[in-house]
Amino acid sequence: MSVLVYTENWEGKFKKLSYELSSFAYAIAKEMGSSVTALSIGHVADDELKSLGKYGVSKVLNVQDNRFESLDNKAVADAIAKAVASENAKVVILAHNNEGKAFAPRLSVKLNAGMVTGVIGLPVSVEPFVVKKKVFTQKAFARIQIKTDVKVLTFAQNSFDVVENPVDTAVEAFDPQIGDGEFTTKVLDTHKITGKILLSDAEIVVSGGRGMKGPENWGGLEEMGDLLGAGMACSRPVSDDGWRPKEEHVGQTGKIIAPNLYLAFGISGAIQHVAGVSSSKYIVAVNKDPEAPIFESADYGIVGDVFKVIPQLNEAIKEMKS
Amino acid sequence: MKILVLISNVPDTTTKIRFTGDNKAFDTSGVQWIINPWDELALTRALELKEAGGVEKITIANVGTNATEPTLRKALAVGADDAIRIDAEAKDAFFVASQLAQVAKDYDLILAGIESSDYNGAGVGGMLAAMLDIHSVSAVSGVSLENGELKVQRDIDGGNQSLSVPTPLLAVVQKGIAKDPRIPAMRGIMMARSKPLNVVPPADVEARTEFLGYELPEPKAACKMVDEDNAKELIRLLHEEAKVL
Repeated sequence: MSVLVYTENWEGKFKKLSYELSSFAYAIAKEMGSSVTALSIGHVADDELKSLGKYGVSKVLNVQDNRFESLDNKAVADAIAKAVASENAKVVILAHNNEGKAFAPRLSVKLNAGMVTGVIGLPVSVEPFVVKKKVFTQKAFARIQIKTDVKVLTFAQNSFDVVENPVDTAVEAFDPQIGDGEFTTKVLDTHKITGKILLSDAEIVVSGGRGMKGPENWGGLEEMGDLLGAGMACSRPVSDDGWRPKEEHVGQTGKIIAPNLYLAFGISGAIQHVAGVSSSKYIVAVNKDPEAPIFESADYGIVGDVFKVIPQLNEAIKEMKS
Repeated sequence: MKILVLISNVPDTTTKIRFTGDNKAFDTSGVQWIINPWDELALTRALELKEAGGVEKITIANVGTNATEPTLRKALAVGADDAIRIDAEAKDAFFVASQLAQVAKDYDLILAGIESSDYNGAGVGGMLAAMLDIHSVSAVSGVSLENGELKVQRDIDGGNQSLSVPTPLLAVVQKGIAKDPRIPAMRGIMMARSKPLNVVPPADVEARTEFLGYELPEPKAACKMVDEDNAKELIRLLHEEAKVL
């Protein structure tokens, strides 16, 4: 019996998210008196695979098979199911992101498992198995019981601390034996930024809205992003008007993010925008309108001209760093 | 090609969320109901594909009581050809997908929104694909038909990809799939009244999860304001007080 966690990597390095998931899996395993096995798919070096041991993972199943690069939903879900069977796992944890949302539902059907997505924090109890999640697009919490023997969870990022629980880790090559015929998704073309901070994995996010007045005014925010090692984001009108790439749109219909610090410049804070960022630990808002709804969600605020405030902040960050 | 669009009936996004009966149930009094925003975008894209040719019929399907019918009529009014309502109160994603699996067999393309804006489950689409044993692609931001072949665009970490996937396909769609939802015109509303809305009895399926109760978040502490001319103070607070820098 074990807890199985699906750990994602970005360019061969585990995402911070994967360490968070491992820490979460370890805490559940401890309550259930079992141990954690991680499943890693892709080219991750042995040292990196072993690094999961620091966060409580006792065994890593390592799948190195280029066919999985197409992220074929069916083939990957089947591969995870094979790992679950070989480990006799009772709880399976994926991230509540593009990949987790693609694989977990298929996996739950395959395993006859009940599923809860977007789980936050530790289970309320493991017997019965009750977890919490946000519902009504961040406006409320629900407690949900999973009634099946095997449980599938997707875990909402940044709702559990990365905790070190060093254990000995065995890395094993794993072949889930998925036939060629199972891979039907053909990738024709990929556009992908590389070497940049992944917005969904960023601890600090710098974001701009209509109040930035035009794409030519983003220099100050980009400088701030560089200084802080932050991800860049924007509001919906900004991405709809093509001021910024649509990958940067955060909000109800864009990306939902939960960084430690979200800095919003010239964003009024419509309910749809706030729904995408309200799980951030701290929200900072700079807006010239004192009545802007963003201040209701913010922890710190400045009423003022973004073009006066941004250079001052960048100066102060440089001073702090030096 | 025949398209099925899955439709969830959800509270309007600006609804004030309240609960009744010792926080055990969502308080539906005074709530305005709408088509789930992602399902509405999915339907919009289906209509665009039909207008471009190559699509015979767009069917919509919903699991819900007769209270969902105004929402289904609205979807018919913007241009869906017919509707199926499975007559049951939705319990969880597994329950809903199991119901839909009864009626979703004969379509080339099934479109599901990434999640519903009420329970944010993000499960029904993928589950249904697994039950029907068909291909699925998630995080889909574009679907097009080229010479009868489906081309799918999906978001990945840090970018996007275009894919070719065989039919039948279930696409779990999100932002980008269509821009603005359609507003029903008077003629559409009149026509929708006579379009078929077939009510199907539910299959005998047990939910695998149970919602035990709800809570509202604690009210947030007031925003701490910093003067515009002393913006540097903000960095000090983030560094020393919040400790996030």
